[in-house]
Amino acid sequence: MENKAVIIDLKNISISFDDQPILKDVSLEIHDGEFVTLLGPSGCGKTTTLRIIAGFLSPDSGDVIFEGKKINGVPAHKRQVNTIFQRYALFPNLNVADNIAFGLKLQKKSKSEIKKIVEEMLSLVNLKGFEKRNVSSLSGGQQQRVAIARALAVKPRVLLLDEPLGALDLKLRKDMQSELKAIQQRLGITFIYVTHDQEEALSMSDTIVVMDSGVIQQIGSPTDIYNEPQNAFVADFIGESNIVDGVMLSDYNVEFQGIRCRCVDKGFGLNEPVDVVVRPEDIDMVPPGEGMLSGDVTSVTFKGVHYEIIVDIKGFKWMIQTTEKAEVGDRIGISIKPDEIQIMKKSKYSGLYGDYSSFSEEFDELSDPNAELTDEDEVSEMGE
Amino acid sequence: MKKSSLTLKLINAPYMIWAVLFIIAPLIMVIYYAFTDRSGAFTLDNIKALSSYGAIFGRSAWYALLATVICLFLAYPLAYIMAKSRASTQRTIMMLIMLPMWMNFLIRTYSWITILSNTGLINSLLKAVGLPTAQLINTPGAVILGMVYNFLPYMVLPIYSVMSKLDKSLVEAAQDLGAGKLQVLRKVIMPLSMPGVISGITMVFVPSVSTFYISQKLGGGKFLLIGDSIEMQFQSAYNYNLGASLSLVLMLLIIVCMLIMNRFADNEEGAMII
Amino acid sequence: MKALKKIYIALIMIFLYAPMLVMVVFSFNASNSTSVMSGFSLKWYVEMFRNATALTALRNTLVLAVTSALISIVIGTAAAVGINSMKKRWLRSAVMTVTNVPMMNPEIVTGVSMMLLFVFVGKIVSSSSVLGFPTLLIAHVTFNLPYVILSVLPKLRQTDRHLSEAAQDLGCTPASAFFKVVLPNIKSGIITGFIMAFTLSLDDFIISYFVSGAKFQTLPIVIFSMTKKKVKPDMYALSTLIFVSVLVLMILMNVLQARSEKKERKRAKGSEG
Repeated sequence: MENKAVIIDLKNISISFDDQPILKDVSLEIHDGEFVTLLGPSGCGKTTTLRIIAGFLSPDSGDVIFEGKKINGVPAHKRQVNTIFQRYALFPNLNVADNIAFGLKLQKKSKSEIKKIVEEMLSLVNLKGFEKRNVSSLSGGQQQRVAIARALAVKPRVLLLDEPLGALDLKLRKDMQSELKAIQQRLGITFIYVTHDQEEALSMSDTIVVMDSGVIQQIGSPTDIYNEPQNAFVADFIGESNIVDGVMLSDYNVEFQGIRCRCVDKGFGLNEPVDVVVRPEDIDMVPPGEGMLSGDVTSVTFKGVHYEIIVDIKGFKWMIQTTEKAEVGDRIGISIKPDEIQIMKKSKYSGLYGDYSSFSEEFDELSDPNAELTDEDEVSEMGE
Repeated sequence: MKKSSLTLKLINAPYMIWAVLFIIAPLIMVIYYAFTDRSGAFTLDNIKALSSYGAIFGRSAWYALLATVICLFLAYPLAYIMAKSRASTQRTIMMLIMLPMWMNFLIRTYSWITILSNTGLINSLLKAVGLPTAQLINTPGAVILGMVYNFLPYMVLPIYSVMSKLDKSLVEAAQDLGAGKLQVLRKVIMPLSMPGVISGITMVFVPSVSTFYISQKLGGGKFLLIGDSIEMQFQSAYNYNLGASLSLVLMLLIIVCMLIMNRFADNEEGAMII
Repeated sequence: MKALKKIYIALIMIFLYAPMLVMVVFSFNASNSTSVMSGFSLKWYVEMFRNATALTALRNTLVLAVTSALISIVIGTAAAVGINSMKKRWLRSAVMTVTNVPMMNPEIVTGVSMMLLFVFVGKIVSSSSVLGFPTLLIAHVTFNLPYVILSVLPKLRQTDRHLSEAAQDLGCTPASAFFKVVLPNIKSGIITGFIMAFTLSLDDFIISYFVSGAKFQTLPIVIFSMTKKKVKPDMYALSTLIFVSVLVLMILMNVLQARSEKKERKRAKGSEG
């Protein structure tokens, strides 16, 4: 991807609403033909970033550059980017064909040409024969396809997708994921995809941009992001992770939970405090005393492919995913290979994640009468 | 965004200007006239003159209160019956209730004279069966009847609209938990229909307390209400300043009533709009 | 229990319709009394069409109702769009509070306050009296506006906020996006607003009473001055005619609505199959 030309370049973008910063100094290069995913929890600024690229918002500071030209002040209808909206935003007063033809008519294309493109688009999204149908009579999946066809009909250079699969059920979502990816590869246009679903991001993207509280946390390929998370937020948000406090004794030597072991990371200061990440599937269960650490099993859940076992080791709850079974109350040992240990620099997220006493912070807050309810919709719609 | 918020301001501008000129400015005028005399000099005379209107204010509030309570007792069961009947029946009753409102209210009120007068329909009927006739017209009862008659639909509609939107599963949940029919009514339907009741009360009380035509026609001018006093100052006595101070007090009276009512209603928007 | 319910509804209906029945019956009275029936005659209907004051007033009322409703839907729809996209909550609730004033204020106070404004302005420009068609029109638009705004706002809220953005995304300017995409979706709210404004204006007496001058009188005002004296059955005849036309209009609208609903249901069914 790196060898392709940069199509969109965000330079030091900042924006705030009602004095609340939503994006803080965000810089991002997107290459032509790339499938980029902006991934993060609601309120992280991903939708706002998308809306800035689309032209619905203009940043307080920073530049939006499209193929080398600054387009900060260019209104949405003059940009060569098109958007697929979260709830599709199909025009209910028009039928399927007229929805798809909407942009083409504005481009003053001839009738025969419009008809041709509409047919082409309908076959691209497998909706042949739906021309005259009322959009409100379509299922969610069909509406989704019409929205894709409508946006692609005007031949955008970049397609922006704002959680386009969020309203579909799980299986259909998986089918649509591969269909979207196939469409992107066939047409070779740039996709910028917004989601909070890490699995979706991992399976579709060339590049993932992980965001939280208006800041880009990490940019990288799916494998990079998964295998080498740069901080506790990324490690926790993508996949499951055990994150324990550790100290880097020297290159390739780390100490955590009272043991010293080898790892494959270097370049930290002597005795620098770090976060140690171990993925649950990388931990082996061994008889007590034989592994590096041992502890008591506090919970066992059958997940189909594997068991999810929570082990209390010196007060820290580790999660292990293994095909072997254990019983609650068993004492077991764990062993981790050096190359399965990922060392991260301390960040503001250190200590917030990675202990499996519960899976979510929300769960802890449920029984707390003083906890403030955070309205997800409100936060995610701040970008409007 | 800066650009589109400019268009938003422009789109709003006509209404904003209109609201300032014709909603806010007139209210300021009322205050201005209430505190000035004919020459435009500041005075408190209009406010002092109000002391002689105490009885009229009291009567207006009392009649309006009675009319509101009667409306509530008539309308609540009706709305309840409507909400529980078939959709087509609901539509028909609804239309029947709305229909009289399309008829000029002066004429409708005037027709009551034909029914209530000493030689009117009711007294003729009483005479025919050999009963003594009664003085019906030109009584406080006739005035209150006129209010109930004219404003009853304003009580039925909001209560009905709240009741018809009540989640049926709430009633089922209450029954599931062991509530009988009456208990469901008392513990579920009544509390939940309160927003409708409250907006109904304001919608009946406000026009009742400020009416002038009904009292003139059905009360024979013997039971002057606050509306009559205001009308007189503007249309026959031509003392705009006194009229303005009466209007100001009427407005304040209603604002106070509404504030009290709104304390009962959590859902302000629902209550305001219906 | 069932019978009791029916009796209850019947009693209320009798209460609501008794005066209207009286009105209809006496409009056919042979004599000029509105309390003693002395034979059937159509003469009051003939008389009514000769009553120039009433006919002019009827025409005035219709002209006023149509103009004020038209102006109200234009200003009101624009206002609803503006209010709907207001981000600051306090501003929005401030505007809504002001909007509610003409609805919540007693009509007599609205009428009186506008009269005072017009008299005050009239004094400044020192013409004899400014009260007339323009002041009536202003007053009617003012009390119509909240109803238009409140019938358009919910439609705007139901409309996907992204529709207008989607249209701009595909190449529409913001203005053409509104007319092409948003307007068709809020059309029904605007029509409801128009009908409400029209009927409110048609029926208004109290506010008109204070802001109209001798030059331009509406039907309710004429009726009012007639009921000051003894009413002749020609007023009943006129009201009966208006009532019947409203009735016919309502039935027609109901039938049309039911028919279009049926059609829609059919279409929805057809597309499912």
